[in-house]
Amino acid sequence: MKSDENDQSSVVWFLSGMRGLFSLPAFILMLSFVGFCSLTAQAGIPPEQVVFMTGMVWALPAKVILVSSMMSGASLAAAFLAVSLSSVRLMPMVAALIPELRTSKTPTWLLLFLSHFVAITAWVFAMERVQAVPRDRRVAFFAGFGITLVVANMVLVGVVYHFVADFPPIVAGCLFFLTPIYFLASIWHSARHPVVHIALLIGLVAGPLFYWLVPEFDILLAGVGGGTLAWATERLWHRRKEASA
Amino acid sequence: MTWQDGWWAYAFIAIAGWLATDIWRWLGVIAGNRLRDDSEALNWVRAVATALVAAVIAKLILYPTGVLEQSPLWLRLGSVAIGATAFFLLGRKPAIGIATTIAALAAGLWWLGF
Repeated sequence: MKSDENDQSSVVWFLSGMRGLFSLPAFILMLSFVGFCSLTAQAGIPPEQVVFMTGMVWALPAKVILVSSMMSGASLAAAFLAVSLSSVRLMPMVAALIPELRTSKTPTWLLLFLSHFVAITAWVFAMERVQAVPRDRRVAFFAGFGITLVVANMVLVGVVYHFVADFPPIVAGCLFFLTPIYFLASIWHSARHPVVHIALLIGLVAGPLFYWLVPEFDILLAGVGGGTLAWATERLWHRRKEASA
Repeated sequence: MTWQDGWWAYAFIAIAGWLATDIWRWLGVIAGNRLRDDSEALNWVRAVATALVAAVIAKLILYPTGVLEQSPLWLRLGSVAIGATAFFLLGRKPAIGIATTIAALAAGLWWLGF
C-alpha cells in the first residue's frame, strides 16, 4: 500500500519536473540548440551524428569544443583532452547538486545515471527549484526535468537541422551568436562565488591571447593559466579584506 | 581515416565527447558527499573550469564560423557591450542581456545589408 502511494507521488513530481520544459531557461536553451544546429550544419556534420552527440554529450560547451576539434581535424587524444578539460566544471556542479537531491536511501547507480543530465541549464534550474520539492521526491523531479530536456532537444535538433540551411543570413547569424551570449549571461547570473566572475573576465581575455600565442593549446592554457590567475587574485583580495577588517 | 567515415565518427563522439564529459559527472557524484563546498581545491577547479568556458565564448565571438565570419568585429563586440550594459542596468536578468545583444546584432546586420 505504502509503496503504491510513494510511486504515485513520484510520478506526480516526475511530471512536475517535465513541465520545466516550458520555462524560460529551457526555452533559451532550445534556441541555443537551434543555433548549435546551424553551427554543425555549417561545419558539415551529418544530422544523425548531431542527434547522437546531443544525447551522449549533452553539455553545450563540450559539444562546441568537440565540433571545433572535429572541424580542425584534431586527433582523438587531443579532442578527448580538450573536451575533458572543458568539462571539469561538471564535477563541482554535480558534486554541489548531489547533496541537494539524495536521501540516505538513494542508490548510487541512480545518481550516476542521473548525473548524465546535468549541464548548465539543468543545474541552474535544479539548484533554484529543488528547495521547494520534498526531499524524497527531488530525484524524481530532477529526472523528469533532465530527461525531458535532453529528449526534447534531441528531437528538436533532428527536426531543425534540415531547416537551418534555409534560414536568412540575419537569423542564422543571430542564432550562432545566441550560444556564446547565453553562456556568458547564464554563467554570470548563476555564479555564487566571486572567483567565477573573475575567472569569466580573465578567461575572455586569455582565450584570444593564447589563441594568438599558442593556437594549438589555447583553450587548455587559457583555462589553467587564466583560472589559476583568477583564483590567486580572488585569494589575494579575500586576504586583504580580512586584513583590513 | 577521418571523422567523417561512418562508425569512426560515432566512436570519436563516444570517446572524445561522451566519455570525456561523463567521467567528470561520475566523479562529481562520488565527490558529492566528500568534497567540501568551501574548500580551496574546489575553488581552484571552479576558476579553471570557468576560465576554460570563457575562452571558448571569446573564440566564438571573435572568430565565428558561417554567416558571422563576414560580419565586422566592431559589430559583434558592440552588440555584446550593449547587451552587457542592459544586463547590468536592468536587474541582471539573463533574458534581458541576451535579447538586447541579439537585437543589436540583428539591427547591425540588417543595416549592413546582410
